[in-house]
Amino acid sequence: MTEEQKSLAPADPKMTARDVKVFYGPKQAIKGVSIDVDMDNVTAFIGPSGCGKSTFLRTLNRMNDTVASARVEGTITLDGEDIYAPSMDVVQLRARVGMVFQKPNPFPKSIYENIAYGPRIHGLAASKADMDVIVEKSLRRAGLWEEVKDRLQDSGTALSGGQQQRLCIGRAIAVEPEVILMDEPCSALDPIATAKIEELIHELRGRYGIVIVTHNMQQAARVSQRTAFFHLGELVEYGVTSDIFTNPRQERTKDYITGRYG
Amino acid sequence: MTGPAILLLLAGLGAIAWVSARARAMRLQTAARATGRRDAVHSLPGYHGWYVALWALIPAGIFLAIWANVAPGLVTQSVLTDPAAQSLPADGFARAAILGEARAIASGLQAAAFNPASEPLVEPYRTAMTEYGIAGAALALILAFAGGAYAFTRIRPDFRARTRVERLVMISLLIASLLAIVTTVGIVASLLWESFRFFSMVNPIDFLFGLKWSPQSAAMGYGNDDAFGAVPLFWGTIFIGAIIAMIVAIPLGLMSAIYLTQYASPTVRKWMKPMLEVLAGVPTVVYGYFAALTVAPALRDLAASIGIHGASSESALAAGLVMGVMIIPFVSSMADDSIAAVPQSMRDGSLAMGATTSETITRVLIPAALPGVVGGVLLAVSRAIGETMIVVMAAGLAANLTLNPFASVTTVTTQIVQLLTGDQEFDSAKTLAAFALGLVLFVVTLLLNIVALRVVKKYREAYE
Repeated sequence: MTEEQKSLAPADPKMTARDVKVFYGPKQAIKGVSIDVDMDNVTAFIGPSGCGKSTFLRTLNRMNDTVASARVEGTITLDGEDIYAPSMDVVQLRARVGMVFQKPNPFPKSIYENIAYGPRIHGLAASKADMDVIVEKSLRRAGLWEEVKDRLQDSGTALSGGQQQRLCIGRAIAVEPEVILMDEPCSALDPIATAKIEELIHELRGRYGIVIVTHNMQQAARVSQRTAFFHLGELVEYGVTSDIFTNPRQERTKDYITGRYG
Repeated sequence: MTGPAILLLLAGLGAIAWVSARARAMRLQTAARATGRRDAVHSLPGYHGWYVALWALIPAGIFLAIWANVAPGLVTQSVLTDPAAQSLPADGFARAAILGEARAIASGLQAAAFNPASEPLVEPYRTAMTEYGIAGAALALILAFAGGAYAFTRIRPDFRARTRVERLVMISLLIASLLAIVTTVGIVASLLWESFRFFSMVNPIDFLFGLKWSPQSAAMGYGNDDAFGAVPLFWGTIFIGAIIAMIVAIPLGLMSAIYLTQYASPTVRKWMKPMLEVLAGVPTVVYGYFAALTVAPALRDLAASIGIHGASSESALAAGLVMGVMIIPFVSSMADDSIAAVPQSMRDGSLAMGATTSETITRVLIPAALPGVVGGVLLAVSRAIGETMIVVMAAGLAANLTLNPFASVTTVTTQIVQLLTGDQEFDSAKTLAAFALGLVLFVVTLLLNIVALRVVKKYREAYE
């Protein structure tokens, strides 16, 4: 980390990554990335395809564990606790660090059941009434309540793409996570649905730590306060979003932002 | 003239037709190209060759196929007009035997006659067969020539031989697929016909709902129609194939599919899946041995040791258990397919919510894969109730209507085998009952298959 970057780091970061390396078999996908994520700012990861931004995102809630050949080195902490420590319960970790995927992936269940899924497996609702409250609150936060309140028993897969993605965000919110990771959440959506999701991210900011991977630089500029530029598995530059876009320090960042490659 | 010789001759004719037609087309096309018009030439010369060759071969081939079926009858007709045939006995059976023997000697299948009466007929047979053989060959060759010549005259530079050949190929493929369908229709028709004869002797209501099955007594004349009540057989079939076998096969098949798709490492999967599939390749007669000689006695002893009386060494349980093992690969491979068809994103979504692998499997994967699994189970049931060898060897013949798995029960397929083996008259109700049973089995299996395929298909569309 450079001096300037350190000064960016908030006093009390929610998540920290120090010298994180990820290998897929013999191939190194992430080459020593250090970054802090805090609750007050939305952090955007940008970079060309295959630069490792999604891979790095998935190390933050250990979704890479599902890939047999993946291996992670370095330290990642959540509230100062090493998430790769043997004592860490990965199931609990994922409840605290939720994830929204590139393609909306609602379960083939009703809208209600999609939201209730997480609270149910974590035992967050003592009664049906509790669950109703959680479902309504989560859908309201996801900005979907008004559109679906009369058809909670319809299948989640019958919604439009944008609604499905907000349902997935609501599903992640329902387990009361501390951080939400979003992996290109708008890449399968039309501009109007995208605008709604971006608006939602603004509303969620502060309540949850949010990290968003995007290949859309305008989107990064619109929704984030911190931007990290990845290239070929390296973290090239990390800083305040407006600085990155108006005054990049690195040549590679500048080239990417001005559209020379990627 | 013998069959192979005619076929060789025809093949030669076809080859000549191909070569000469191709040469002619080439010559005509060279001339046509000289005119310079782009559409003057249509097909490559090779297609003209095929067109003429097929015209030479197909009509002649069809004629030969028909002739081979008609000629023996014509030969016999002509032999019967021979003076030597006047001395033949009037009795149909003896007459047919003598004629058959004479024919066999004449065609060289048999060296000498057992029945001296057939000897005078050998010579007329030989003459007639030669005559008809030559006639058939001559007609086939004439047809081949005629067909080839007709097609040959149609060769023009712009003749669309390529399109015609394409159509002929299509027609021959269509005929091939129709043959399979026609065969099935034929089988169903014969089943229906024989069943109809059976139901003209036995009331269908009594057959389908009667509780007593005892075809032996009915055949011997001291029983009545009640003895053809097939309910005990249906129950035995369901008990063994759809209940006991499925109690074994569904959990084991499903669990092995879940293990293989969700937990097993690629190496384990690479070894275990083919080994599981070997189960499907074991001949059912081997399962039958295993059920009858190993499992059944063991179960009988087990039943005796825990104090269950009247355990049979041909128990429903033995047959059902072994059949269940046999069915495991069907259930597991269908379940495997449908679990694997659930998108990875569903699994990721659930894991990312903090669900464990087993929570993900029971709450997301299995509900999503359920229609496919149900389809697989229905197919497995239809396979199990049609299965014959295991139950013939291990299930016994007593048509008991019982819930005791240690008792002997019998199944539809076992009874069909029982009714049709040995010396049987083909017009007694006892024999015809086999066809009625077969019809019921066919209808049930067909329905199960249709339902299963529908369920599977509907589910497949859900994700695409």
